[in-house]
Order: sequence, then C-alpha cells, then structure tokens
Amino acid sequence: MRQYIDFYHEVKETIARRSCDEMNACREAALHTFSSQGFPSQKVERYRYAQVEADFSPNYGIALTPLAAKLPPHCFRIAEAESRVRAIYNKVADKDDSIVALNTMLCVDTLVVHVPRGVRVEHPIQISNILKGEQDTMVCRRILIVMDELAEASVIITDRAASQNHFLTNQVIEVVMGEGSHLSLYDVEETHLLCTRYSSVFVQQGRNSRLHHTCLTLFNGHTRNRLDVMLQGEGSEVTANGCVIADKMQRVDNNTLIDHQVPGCTSGELYKYVLDDNAVGAFAGKVLVRPGAQRTASNETNANLLATRTARMYAQPMLEIYADDVRCSHGSTVGQMDEAALFYMRQRGIDEQEARLLLKAAFITEVIETIPLESLRDRLRVLVDKRLRGELSKCEGCKLCK
Amino acid sequence: MLKIENLHASTGGKEILKGVNLTVQDGEIHAVMGLNGAGKSTLSNVIVGHPAYEVTQGSITWDGKNLLALSPEERAHEGIFLSFQQPTEIPGVSMVNFMRAALNAKRKYQGLDPMSAGDFLKLMREKRAIVELDSKLASRSVNEGFSGGEKKRNEIFQMAMLEPKLAILDETDSGLDVDALRIVAEGFNRLRRPETSAIVITHYQRLLDYLKPDVVHVLIDGRIVKTAGPELATEIENRGFDWIRNELENKE
Repeated sequence: MRQYIDFYHEVKETIARRSCDEMNACREAALHTFSSQGFPSQKVERYRYAQVEADFSPNYGIALTPLAAKLPPHCFRIAEAESRVRAIYNKVADKDDSIVALNTMLCVDTLVVHVPRGVRVEHPIQISNILKGEQDTMVCRRILIVMDELAEASVIITDRAASQNHFLTNQVIEVVMGEGSHLSLYDVEETHLLCTRYSSVFVQQGRNSRLHHTCLTLFNGHTRNRLDVMLQGEGSEVTANGCVIADKMQRVDNNTLIDHQVPGCTSGELYKYVLDDNAVGAFAGKVLVRPGAQRTASNETNANLLATRTARMYAQPMLEIYADDVRCSHGSTVGQMDEAALFYMRQRGIDEQEARLLLKAAFITEVIETIPLESLRDRLRVLVDKRLRGELSKCEGCKLCK
Repeated sequence: MLKIENLHASTGGKEILKGVNLTVQDGEIHAVMGLNGAGKSTLSNVIVGHPAYEVTQGSITWDGKNLLALSPEERAHEGIFLSFQQPTEIPGVSMVNFMRAALNAKRKYQGLDPMSAGDFLKLMREKRAIVELDSKLASRSVNEGFSGGEKKRNEIFQMAMLEPKLAILDETDSGLDVDALRIVAEGFNRLRRPETSAIVITHYQRLLDYLKPDVVHVLIDGRIVKTAGPELATEIENRGFDWIRNELENKE
C-alpha cells in the first residue's frame, strides 16, 4: 500500500499538469480514503472473495499517459467535454471504496462518452483497451458515460493484452442515465493469465431508463468486477448479465448490487460460470429493495457448471427487501456435467471431449442469447467456441500454460 | 453380423444379464420381448457401451471386431445406433449443431472431409420429411420441450441422418399414439437398407406388426429363454408371458 502513496507524492505534480481541474480536485480526498483504509481484507463484505492485498502487492510501473487515440463521435477526453458533464466526474462512484480511491488518485485522463438528448447512436461505440508494453505495468483507467434524456447507444468495451507481461488494471466506470435513455453496455475481457483486473462500474438510472449490461470474462488471470446499479427514477429497468469461462488457475469474482430506491422498477440478473481445472469463481449479488420501493420486480439467477472436482465456486445471491408490494426471486445452482447428455452425444459418434465442449458452450449460450446486438452475439458465439477449444489462449510460449 | 455370447453384465453391483446368447445376421430384424426388469434395456445399453454397465463375462463381436474394446463413439462410427427409450434433453445445443457434429465425426472416422453447410442442410431437410418432423423442432435445442412422440420421431430422424448398420430400438413404441407409431415405423422401413439389421425391444406387438421381425426372443430374468418366428409375438400378445415362465419351470 505504501508504494502507491509514495508514488502519488512523487508524481502528483506531473499528474496534475497532464490532467484537468475536475479530476485533480478529487485527488487529495481519495488519498485520504486510500491511506486511512488501505486495501480491503476479506473481512470486508464486498471483498470476501477477492485477494486485494496480494493482487496489488507487486510494484509495477504505473502508466500516466493521457488518452491519445483519435476518438469517435460522442467520445471525448474529459477536458474537452461539456462542463456539466465534467462536473459529474466522481459523483457516481463509491468514494469510500479504496480501490476506487486509488484510481481517483492516480488516473490521468477520463474517456467521456456523452450522447445528447434524443440522439440515437446508430453504430455501437467500441472502446478497445489493449495492454501492451516492454515491462510489467499498472493501468488506472476511467470512463464516464453520460446519456442525456431519451438518448440511445450501445457501448462495447474490450480488454485485451498484446504482450506477455504482468498487467494490473484498475478501472472505474461511471454511468449516468437520463430520463427515458437506453444504454447497452458490454464489457468483454480477453486478456491472459498474467493479467489482474479490478473493474468497478457505477450506474445511476433516471426515470424510465433502460440499461442492458453484459460482462463477459472469456480469458483472464485474476478478475474482480463490481457493478452497482442505483435505480433512482421510477419505471427504470436494468438487465445485468454475465458469463465466465475459466480454467487453469484463473479467478473471477463478480460482485453486484442492484439498488431499488424508488417504486416501479424492474431488474434481472443472470450470471453463468463454466469452471474447469483449478479455476475459482465467485458471484455475490445483492438486490436491495428500499423502503417505499413498491411494485419492484426483480429476478436474480446464478448458475454454475463445474467441469472438474478441483474447480471451486462461491455463490452468494442476496435479497434484502424493505417494501411489501414486490415480486422478487433469487437463486443459485452449482452442477456438474450432465452425464446422460454426454452419453447421448457419444452414442451419436461425438467424442467425449467435443461433447463436453458442446455442453459448456450450450451452458454459456443462454447469456449470449440475451444480448440485443446481433453482430456482437454472432461474434461472441465464435469467441466462446474458440475459447473452449483453447484457441483463444494468448499464452503461446508462456511457462504458465505448459 | 452381431454375435453375443454368454453375456453377463451388472450395474450398481447387481447382475442383470446372466448369460445372453444372440446372433443377428445382416438384414435381419430381431424382436426382444419381456416384462419390465427382465434386462432388455441393459442389453441395449451394454451393446452401445454405456459406462454405467459393467460386462463381467462373455463377448460381443460386431463384423468380427471385439465390440467391448471400443468406446461408445467408436461403436457409433462402426454403425451401431440406439434409439433411446428416454431421449435426453440437451438445452442450448441446437439440433443442427448436434447433428452436424455427429455426422462430421463419423465422416472423419471414415476418412472423409466434413460435409459442406449447404449439403448438410439439404440432407437434414430430406431426412426430416421422412419422419414428418416439424422444421421448427429441427431448429430447436436437442429434444428440449419435445413431446414424448416428437422425441421418438427425432430418434428415427437421427437414425436417418447417420444411416447405421444395426439399429437398436429400445421401446420406441412407448408413449406413441397410433398415428405417431405408424409414422415412426413406416419411416424406419423406408430408411432401412437391405443389409440394415435391427434389434427391436418392445412389450407389445403393435410395433412388430409394422416392422415384421424375422426372429422373436423372450428375455426373462437376464436370459433369452425362448426364440421363435414372428408368430411368437402374436402368441405373447394373446397369452402374456406367464405360460413361458410356466413352461420353463416345468422343464426344470
């Protein structure tokens, strides 16, 4: 922990120079939060399944470069965004969380996606994060998505790694959705075993807004994804789905909160995991129905397929209800391969390995099929198949994979 | 030719088959009849290599090969097909992908290239028509949400696609109404080539009326106790199994 505080003091002038007022204004408070709390231990409820201290202990070089890429329409560096949009920075994220605080301390630039009132963005906005470097690197990444009233867009965020180094990513995404806006947000991770990723996504939804969020972990090292959705406007809807394919020694932890603050909102969650070898998965999803949030409809499903006896899954669906006129359900299952289905396929001549692969792909398909964007659905089907065939591994020549 | 000699098999530590002898020549249809628990399904499961069944004694040869040394998928490639008594539902695996994987696995075994997508879909359409399987069913997940009759029809459809040399129909007639039974049986007869042989496991004669077996066997308590021509099925339909049991006891 010390290394990050020392580093901050060393480079804070450089960071301030390369950054903007709105971001700089938040740094000292973030430093205070981070130094007083340190890295959360597993005693902290929302970090029960993470190994934060261990994940953040290596002393990597920290990238301090502002965004350089040419940005597509509706995308801005924060300094170039409208002032009312800039003002939202760090207002949605959980400021008391030390991982968020660490990001706020060290992040140099923010990518803003701003879709103005009534604008329907035809083509999906794709944000590709490519980790590449000569040496092991830590990256602090920040994205702010602002959907004005009745705006509509799809945003695809992909995480990939193009070189065989250790990478540690600390990503914070803040999303504000105005009345009647629609957003499909996809987060696809396809990195490698040397990558550790902490992603924290915070969403505020206004009246009648609709969010479809899908988080896919296709290949990784250690990953912890946090998603907090605050339903603040009546009639808002959220679908928060996710799928995980993990094997070897991979770890994936999804931690979600759906916060029904007002009446008449709908939420649905579907998270599915396929774990092989010695992979460890965790899903902790809380649905909170606050006092007065009547006519809430909520469903939370977590289903997990363990292909080996050594894979581990920690499942914790949670439902806290403080209103009486609600329709809520939640459930979780952990199962093994369906032996009857395997034999049925083998009797038709499909070899055992292929049969297992088809069953795993079928299990994940349910999540892929909920994706509204057809082109992405098709692409993901191919990626899932490749991943299960071991063709997606970026670890050729890497010692860990042999 | 399938040759089963002195076959003993058990499941869950319990001996079910206690010395079965059965020879099926190419092109022959054999019916195996018997009460529940006699070992009929065990026999079919052992032939296709179900891992829950253990062969403790005896042999099965298929066209001169030791069948018991082959994996279930190799037995399938060698032309043995089981129409399951209770076909398994496989949610999320489409019929198309399933059939394509099965067919191409067989072609690979035979040293052939995978079938092109166009040819494959054409073949699906042709074979589907024979058993009057709805195109909607063919685009769904394997057996998912199919009625009992649709599942059985789907089994015969798969048989049509894979063109086996030996088809084992394990109570294919159960759960079928008269019309469905006719469609399935007529489909089977149309698909059958002269060299195709079949083992038809059933309680009743009605399926045999269509399939016209050459030989009828009665399986009681893990052994084939009586073998005769098709007239035996009629006799069982009229008189049940008790008389055969009595005959046995009198002999002993």
